[in-house]
Amino acid sequence: MKLIEQPFVRRILNGRAIWPLLALAVILIADGFISPGFYEIRIVEGRLFGNLIDILYRAVPTALIALGMAVVIGTRGIDLSVGSIAAIAGAMIAWRIQAGDPHGVVLLYALGAGILCGMWNGMLVAFLGIQPIIATLILMVSGRGIGMLINLIYGGTDPSFQSDFLQWLSTGSILFIPTRLYVFAVIFLLLWLVIRRTALGLFVEATGGNAAASNLAGVNAKLIIFAAYLICGLTAGWAGVILTADTHTSDPVSVALYIELDAILAVVIGGGSLAGGRIYLGMTVIGALVIQALTTSILISGLPPEYNLIIKALVVLFVLVLQSDNARRGIVSKFRRSP
Amino acid sequence: MAIMKANTAGATRIAMRGIRKAYPGVLALDDVDFELHGGEIHALLGENGAGKSTLIKVLTGALQRDRGEIMLDGEPVNFAKTGDAQDAGISTVYQEVNLIPAMTVTQNLTLEKTHGRFGFISWRKARAQAQQKLDRLGLKVELNRTVGSHSVAIQQMIAIARALDDDTKVLVLDEPTASLDADETAALFDVMRSLKAKGIAIVFITHFLEQVYEVSDRITVLRNGCKIGTSLIGDINRQDLIAMMIGRDLGEVEEAFAGERRDGSGEVVLTAEGVGRKRVLAPFDLTLRAGEVVGLSGLLGSGRTELVKLIFGALKHDSGTLKLANGTAGNNPRASLDAGIVLCPEDRKSEGLVGELSVRENIILSMQAKRGWLRKVSRAEQEKIADEMIRALAIATPDGEKLVRQLSGGNQQKVVLARALASSPRIMLLDEPTRGIDVGAHAEILTLIRTLCEDGLALLVASSEIDEVVASSDRVAVLRDRRKIGELTGEDITRDKIVTMIAGDNL
Repeated sequence: MKLIEQPFVRRILNGRAIWPLLALAVILIADGFISPGFYEIRIVEGRLFGNLIDILYRAVPTALIALGMAVVIGTRGIDLSVGSIAAIAGAMIAWRIQAGDPHGVVLLYALGAGILCGMWNGMLVAFLGIQPIIATLILMVSGRGIGMLINLIYGGTDPSFQSDFLQWLSTGSILFIPTRLYVFAVIFLLLWLVIRRTALGLFVEATGGNAAASNLAGVNAKLIIFAAYLICGLTAGWAGVILTADTHTSDPVSVALYIELDAILAVVIGGGSLAGGRIYLGMTVIGALVIQALTTSILISGLPPEYNLIIKALVVLFVLVLQSDNARRGIVSKFRRSP
Repeated sequence: MAIMKANTAGATRIAMRGIRKAYPGVLALDDVDFELHGGEIHALLGENGAGKSTLIKVLTGALQRDRGEIMLDGEPVNFAKTGDAQDAGISTVYQEVNLIPAMTVTQNLTLEKTHGRFGFISWRKARAQAQQKLDRLGLKVELNRTVGSHSVAIQQMIAIARALDDDTKVLVLDEPTASLDADETAALFDVMRSLKAKGIAIVFITHFLEQVYEVSDRITVLRNGCKIGTSLIGDINRQDLIAMMIGRDLGEVEEAFAGERRDGSGEVVLTAEGVGRKRVLAPFDLTLRAGEVVGLSGLLGSGRTELVKLIFGALKHDSGTLKLANGTAGNNPRASLDAGIVLCPEDRKSEGLVGELSVRENIILSMQAKRGWLRKVSRAEQEKIADEMIRALAIATPDGEKLVRQLSGGNQQKVVLARALASSPRIMLLDEPTRGIDVGAHAEILTLIRTLCEDGLALLVASSEIDEVVASSDRVAVLRDRRKIGELTGEDITRDKIVTMIAGDNL
């Protein structure tokens, strides 16, 4: 059997990675035309400011959730409850600070709540065999209510709080760079190590690709699925911490609203398939950046905000069409050398 | 006998000649002829993967043939889609009932063609039409009840009623009795006989041999994509029929193996005592020894796959004990793997491989599962193992990075074997290791089984091909009707003895 060398252009066009990156580049270049000072970065109060920094900064919560979502989608699942988990984590923060816990411990409470929520989802999907979309819908619907109940524990009149530590995690900076970017980088690195440096990634992909076959091959598919939802709960908990510390108030009704949709989109733009079987952590982050870059550029373009969602939908559609095998084959054939 | 002659003497309705159909890597039909007369019930027999479904799909236009011709009443036909075949008078009722359970009988029976005006349905007319369809079969069913509230047997009849029109010439029934009990089956047979009396030609696909003898006029047997033969039912006895279905002439490799049998003096590595599961397989005893191949023979549905899965723990046994040389076996795949047992499942696509993963990833999957998720097999090691396996089993792939789903059937089967071997097992359970693969790969896999056995592995090989079992086994366990009915050793392992056991005494 002979290996066929593909021409460079075709190899690039056939690759998955090129399209989200291209989309991101196009959006950023277009921004340069829309707003002349777009790429400007200055230092204000010991921290970098500018549109590019702003895109990274604002993309963090979605990107965090998208990472967990990528793992869950890798198992052929989906987690609709991530926004609610973030709300619960936020409510935990306000409650435990009111209760007077050290703020480091408060952080652990919030993340622990996220993990518990993930375990709940994982139990429903993996061990009770409930379809993921329904199983996570339960917590999606009830989670914000649970958040409000937590607020009621201490009277519920004023869910705002002061915490230098948590606010530093979210809005502070180290060496001119926002702290939350470091937080994200560390989480990304740890997750990448767990997925790619252990066999967990392979097991997740095998389970998502064919659960029955993986099971007969000796992979404990149920445990793998459970672990995926746990990881997703944890990253959603972190997103809840970042978002809640930003506003230093617990607002279960509206915090991280619809973030599950952006996270799913980020995974899909990054090349993940809802049919499961593959995890692309790096590309998922690019997907989240595409979404945030788009939102930011619509805002600075001065277009009425009503256009925001429609343009977002159009760009997402465009990227997905480019990613579809059928459409790509059509485009690639244009680059084929004539015989 | 006179009546039967009259029936089978009907004019040729359908003549399929030289039909060939290939899927990527698998030749599903190889030059198959099939003839169907008006007013006959023609049983189409064969094991899984023999080509029955493909032949029917080619006939009904669900699949396009690669070669060959189909004549309907002497005219060549080409059905581009199933609707065309339906219009020409060929109706099919598939194994899974294609009705909408939540809708009423009337709605189900008139789905394709509603009556009414201005887009409104006239339920009066619809009911009349539905009633007419039921009358054709002499069925008494409440029209306004939902289909789902009727028994499976009635649903099956309703499905047949829906398939039939005034101008139906051919009716294909794909495993119609699979979920029916004896009384329901008898009622279905009455309907089939009355349709036959009206001159309709019926293709009856089943794997229940007694039903074949009860209701059909002629039989055609397919095996591995080839037509083995057609016969009047009165002209063939049960043993010959079984031999047609699962017999196969020996290849050179098998001939060479058939002569030598080991005496089974190896160490006992697995003992099953009264292991069974309700409604799946009656309790059985079985021992496996190192350096011995135990064959598992029986017809489709006799419990071959189930026995293998019970030992592996993919199906949990609810009676008996399963002992290994070093303790009790776990009752799940993961524990079995740890204990050195591996399973190569029958259905490669749905249970064997992860198609979207590469050859390399599939090969190391079991080995990695055995090690646990924390101790990852390094990339370099993965590549080394995959390359070794690709070479050792002669897997036709440029490298380990090709996706498994892009390989041919035989090579996929080799990947399944490679995955099992990479986990360094002591007991290998192979379910139909040679199904649907070409002759070359077939011989290679049999040779491999032999070599593994000589290396001291204990093997249990379930196969629908009797001659293969005869050729490669040191001991043969025979199954019938979800029960292990006996074992054969040494000189007793012959095709005739196995066929006699499978056919049973009730002939």
